[in-house]
Amino acid sequence: MVPVPPGLVIAPQLPDLLVPVAIRRGVLGFLRNHPTVAIGGALLLCLVLIGIFAPWLGTVDPTALAPAKRTRLPSADYWFGTDLLGRDIYSRVLYGARVSLTVGLSVAVLSSIAGLAIGLVSGFVRWADSILMRFMDGLMSIPPILLAVALMALTRASVGNVILAITIAEIPRVSRLVRSVVLSLREQPYVDAATASGTRTPMVILRHILPNTLAPMLVQATYICASAMIVESILSFIGAGTPPTIPSWGNIMAEGRALWQVKPYIVFFPAAFLSVTVLAVNLLGDGLRDALDPRMAKSL
Amino acid sequence: MLSYILRRILSTLPVMGIVALFVFSLLYIAPGDPAAVIAGDQASPADVERIRQGLGLDRPFLVQFGTWVWNILHGDLGTSIFTNMPVSAMIAQRVEPTLSLMAITLVLTILVAVPLGVAAAWKAGSWVDRTIMAFAVFAFSLPVFVVGYVLAYVFALQFEWLPVQGYTPFKSGVWPWLRNLILPALALGSVYIALIARITRASMLEVLQQDYVRTARAKGLGQRNILFVHALKNAAVPIVTVIGIGIALLIGGAVVTESVFAIPGLGRLTIDAILRRDYPVIQGIVLLFSFLYVLVNLMVDVTYTLVDPRIRY
Repeated sequence: MVPVPPGLVIAPQLPDLLVPVAIRRGVLGFLRNHPTVAIGGALLLCLVLIGIFAPWLGTVDPTALAPAKRTRLPSADYWFGTDLLGRDIYSRVLYGARVSLTVGLSVAVLSSIAGLAIGLVSGFVRWADSILMRFMDGLMSIPPILLAVALMALTRASVGNVILAITIAEIPRVSRLVRSVVLSLREQPYVDAATASGTRTPMVILRHILPNTLAPMLVQATYICASAMIVESILSFIGAGTPPTIPSWGNIMAEGRALWQVKPYIVFFPAAFLSVTVLAVNLLGDGLRDALDPRMAKSL
Repeated sequence: MLSYILRRILSTLPVMGIVALFVFSLLYIAPGDPAAVIAGDQASPADVERIRQGLGLDRPFLVQFGTWVWNILHGDLGTSIFTNMPVSAMIAQRVEPTLSLMAITLVLTILVAVPLGVAAAWKAGSWVDRTIMAFAVFAFSLPVFVVGYVLAYVFALQFEWLPVQGYTPFKSGVWPWLRNLILPALALGSVYIALIARITRASMLEVLQQDYVRTARAKGLGQRNILFVHALKNAAVPIVTVIGIGIALLIGGAVVTESVFAIPGLGRLTIDAILRRDYPVIQGIVLLFSFLYVLVNLMVDVTYTLVDPRIRY
């Protein structure tokens, strides 16, 4: 320190106009920078664990009938009560997590793969583009839930067919997204450079186009996952989804529908689990969008 | 202007054709034998054969498609397997409650969502904005029947302000009709309100940064005038687009909402048709709603020219 001569006052330090931003690295740092990803991811992880470990979480056989003990209120023995046929709702709701998560994840993965393939083809092959996109326009004009209902009416009820029906309804949206990303990427100078230096088209797609579609695809896939879980529960609720023998959240609510005015808890517990799961996936999607795709984040 | 509208109308024809082709082809591309699935497990081979003939699965695809389209153009959507009634008559009986519900939901959504979005954009970053956007994320995650049951439980069962279930036709009076539809419309509209509020906010945020907004402010125009006259009109194109796209959400949600509130509309008809595996009815409903959706989006495209005179094709 320089000694201060008497009579002089040192001016107070000026405040920092720009607060320094600590750039955190690693997975933990990423999660601290994007708290919505952390919250959504943690909630989702809990639900996945509940689904996987459902048999060991104090549950009984979710399909075991006990007519003598039907429509019991929630109590120490039956945490969420029992339904019309005396089945334990707590067990049914926990096992139901498996159905919802399986459907959500499968639809997200399958429709991403199909949409990626269609989007890449129509982004690169001019003559196929107009045909494919007219077809997708038509498919997009059918409200997704009704399309799934029509498909389910023609096939036997099974989880596999539910996944297939929702996937078909989601494909046009993904293909449109991939196509628009591909069309803008094609104009990038580095793609021109790669083509000029003699890279073949398949290699250009693999090395330069595909990696750049992954971020928006991942964000889109989380939204599709959320929407697929809602559609699955709606289909089951109106009797066009998962077969009634399998406990899914939509089925439990459908069974509680007749009694909901007197026994609202039958509908309440699966509804609460479904809402929390969808919220977790949506939070994850919003967070990923902010983190991975700043352009999209600004627009919504 | 007129030629633009005409060209837009012409361009929807191929889309409608593809929709029709697709809805029709579902019978053929569905895995397994649709006639056997529709007939059910207890059906005799003769039943299956009767249904196969009724659906026309025994005739060549193109012949069948041609006849089907020809019939639709003459207002004949086929015959129900279960009731033997014409599908168009069954739909006509049920169309009023569904259209009422959707119209009220649409009005309600626009009245609630657009002001919310404008307020969020105006107070961007403040607690008002945060609250509205947090509400939007939650509303977006709540399935329509969950909202429906909660609303019915609170406002109909606990407070007894509004009827729990049912429908009163419009001709019995506006207030009884409206009373029965307020809760269903709120339930059906929740997701839609969240969607429109978000897009309104995003679109307004962009417009509020424009120079003409600063000019309007500089010449001393009132806040309300700037927001609703200068900004909202220029932010309208994306909002109107999403209102049109969101109709698909309304159509899907209406089926469920009608089931929760016991409204005897097309949704109820759909559910009955699913239980009875009455495919011609399902096909008719899907086709009708898809055409409705295409028509709404055609109207949206026409509105563009009213909102933004620069749009000319």
